[in-house]
Amino acid sequence: MSHGILSQILDYANRANPYPLYEELRKTPVFHDGTGPYVISTYYDIQSLLHDPRLSSDSRNLAATAGDPLAEDGGEEATALPPSFLKLDPPEHDRLRRMTNRPFGPPHSPRRVDGMRDGLRDIVTGLIDNLGDTEGIDLVDQFAYPFPVTMICQLLGVPREDEARFHVWADTLAASLDPDPDSDPAERQRSTHDSRMELGMYLAGLIEERRKKPGDDMLSQLAVGHGPDDSMSTMELLSTAALLLIAGHETTVNLITNGMLTLLRNPDVLAQLRQDSRLAVPLVEELLRFEPPVQLLPQRTPLVDIEVRGTTIPKGSSMWLILASGNRDPGRFKDPDRFDPHRKDIQHLGLGSGIHSCFGAPLARLEAQLALSELARRLENPRLLEDPPPYRQNAVLRGPRHLRIACDGIRPA
Amino acid sequence: MADTALEQLKRSGKIVVVGASLAGLRAAETMREKGFAGSLTLIGDEPYEPYDRPPLSKQVLLGKGDAEHTALPRRRAIDAEWRLGVAASGLDMAARKVLLADGEEVPYDRLLIATGVRARAWPNEAERELDGVFTLRTREDGAALARSLNAGPRRVLVIGAGFTGSEIASACRERGLEVTVAERGDAPLVGALGGVIGAVAAELHRENGVDLRTGIMVTGLEGDATGRVRAAHLSDGTTLECDVVVASLGAQRNTEWLTGSGLGAGPRGIACDAGCRAFDIRGIVTDDVYVAGDVARSPHALFGYQFLSLEHWGNAVAQADTAAHNMLSESTDRRPHLWVPAFWSSQFGVNIKSVGVPSMGTEIMITQGSRAERRFTGVYGYQGRVIGAVTFDNSRWLQFYEQQIEATAPFPPPFTTVDRRSDGQRPIPADFPDPSVPTHGPTITLSGYSPADRRITFTPAGH
Repeated sequence: MSHGILSQILDYANRANPYPLYEELRKTPVFHDGTGPYVISTYYDIQSLLHDPRLSSDSRNLAATAGDPLAEDGGEEATALPPSFLKLDPPEHDRLRRMTNRPFGPPHSPRRVDGMRDGLRDIVTGLIDNLGDTEGIDLVDQFAYPFPVTMICQLLGVPREDEARFHVWADTLAASLDPDPDSDPAERQRSTHDSRMELGMYLAGLIEERRKKPGDDMLSQLAVGHGPDDSMSTMELLSTAALLLIAGHETTVNLITNGMLTLLRNPDVLAQLRQDSRLAVPLVEELLRFEPPVQLLPQRTPLVDIEVRGTTIPKGSSMWLILASGNRDPGRFKDPDRFDPHRKDIQHLGLGSGIHSCFGAPLARLEAQLALSELARRLENPRLLEDPPPYRQNAVLRGPRHLRIACDGIRPA
Repeated sequence: MADTALEQLKRSGKIVVVGASLAGLRAAETMREKGFAGSLTLIGDEPYEPYDRPPLSKQVLLGKGDAEHTALPRRRAIDAEWRLGVAASGLDMAARKVLLADGEEVPYDRLLIATGVRARAWPNEAERELDGVFTLRTREDGAALARSLNAGPRRVLVIGAGFTGSEIASACRERGLEVTVAERGDAPLVGALGGVIGAVAAELHRENGVDLRTGIMVTGLEGDATGRVRAAHLSDGTTLECDVVVASLGAQRNTEWLTGSGLGAGPRGIACDAGCRAFDIRGIVTDDVYVAGDVARSPHALFGYQFLSLEHWGNAVAQADTAAHNMLSESTDRRPHLWVPAFWSSQFGVNIKSVGVPSMGTEIMITQGSRAERRFTGVYGYQGRVIGAVTFDNSRWLQFYEQQIEATAPFPPPFTTVDRRSDGQRPIPADFPDPSVPTHGPTITLSGYSPADRRITFTPAGH
């Protein structure tokens, strides 16, 4: 790989702080190094490309991925599931996303997410109660990881007695997105494949049960379907469930972990949050700007030659939209490297924009708000044991692999 | 630094805003934001502090919101003297005074006029007074109409199928009420969006159970012995039994109070330059009178220097902001108001949005989605360039088309897009009615000439 700055961005050595590299990148707003992807790094360019109907998210429109270090290796194709709506264009995208949204949000299910508030709070409370030895907490393993999986179980309607098995599959799949360089690739591939198969079989069985006897959970609602778009096929339902599982999982872990890391680095803000949990709302928005869990979108390609800032990007080229860079663009945000939850004008790119903007955004926001405000309230005098913490391999879904902290005690719920 | 006239104005001047609605309020907020510390007076003919109108034809009619609870949120304290419930009745430009209906005079150093529009009333005065006959513009209108819908009328007649009329019909259907819509043009929304889109809107009405009658006029309303409306007579000779009638005939600009003032005001609004400074009747720009919101008409470089007057929520906000900025700025720091018109409506469960000036378009191309699914983007072309766009349930793409309009991009678009269907391969005539034939009226009025035309027609006053 000879992509200079791009390989530096992917290089694990720069994972803890990629922002100086993004700053460098913004000097060439449309960066292209001969064979690699076209990289877009400034706020307004990214914003407008996210609304550009000449850009496709469907990898079948990619002409060649030569030189793209993030090109997919076809791992997912091996499962023979149809692509999820994340990787489809309209009209297929719109149809599937619309059907998925029906049981999830307004206008048809306006109370789904807010109705989960108590359940989410219970999960958070339980996890904090069980943190154990306050001298050595790993916030990722003990809190940020189990939280979203338990939540996804609630959302999809996985029965409580199956949750333990579900957790194991989900963890294996999530880990496959972020390969540990020390593990044996063949072994990893095998266990990922097995987990995927088992999870697929499990979900297919659950879907069949729900078709016969639907409940109030999302899987039931999706399986039954009663909108103008009818219902999803079992295969579509499986890839949608897989999407909800993976996307609702990896990103939330990172959002919460990045959030706690940022708070511990900004003790004055942590103190403010402890005083007033309402600060969690603007704080999570600033967090999505400052440390977005999805750093870049490597999944776009133009359907025709397009011109961006005087550079022609040929049809079928691979494009990266570096959301995390746009979020720190001084041409858009004043003093962008400062974490300021009181910032007023904060239209960040942390959840994307346009038709692919984060589907789970309302839930992700609520989870992070609850998690961070409860951690701030209950952990007494928390401190980082390691800064920077060890990061995960993944440059796209970026976050600490572990976050070791200590505190003087845990206040009662 | 020298104490300039502008600094004196900012410190201790008198600014008067006539019109206490969206534009007036936002302008007042911006003035304080910019450090205006003098006296600020807001004059409004309604007895209420500024409120929001879009919910009146939507949530309020559905019984999901109260007309009384639509007050506009305040962005900051404006510390103003409010003169509510009293209309401005005249303007003395030489003496710099606004005259009020109660005989008082309010002096100003700078004046902002934001008197907006009012609903065009049903023309027959006796029929207009019948119980059950409504228009919909004010909070009181909204509350009264909502009450009459709550009472469960047997049939509602909506006269005029523009955006407001269509939203009223939609609310009636959602409440399970029988509703007839009578439209003089060939389809709903035809004045704003043309016949191609009008046909889609017509399907939407009919599929939702509206008794839609197009190409028809209501020739008279009939009351019973108690003075309650009971029937309408239509131009096809038929009579329709109905107990609620909503005249939704578009808007009239509130400029009558300026008659004789010497300001360039008339039924099409108050002419102003791109910086919101009003013209006098000689076509000379004033120094101290500014205009913003629905009542303003200003030339727009993107649309052939036509004078545009826009009944758009976003325009009121943006223009008020620009006017307030310019009122407190040296001439070199003033900004033009070059807002790209943008508009939205919600009816029959469909979100409709438009940008640019669709009604200038002669052709339309469906670039994404399909009319049959009623989920699409239509792009309007005028003389080889993109001039407007409309989306039905497809608004996330609209920003792109707005940029195309701003960039005077070529029409038809020379590229493909995601979700292009077979019927979107080439443009078709947009099918706008002849503008000289009145319909329910578009929400954008074009009222100027291209400088290239070099035509001048003198129209004597008298509305």
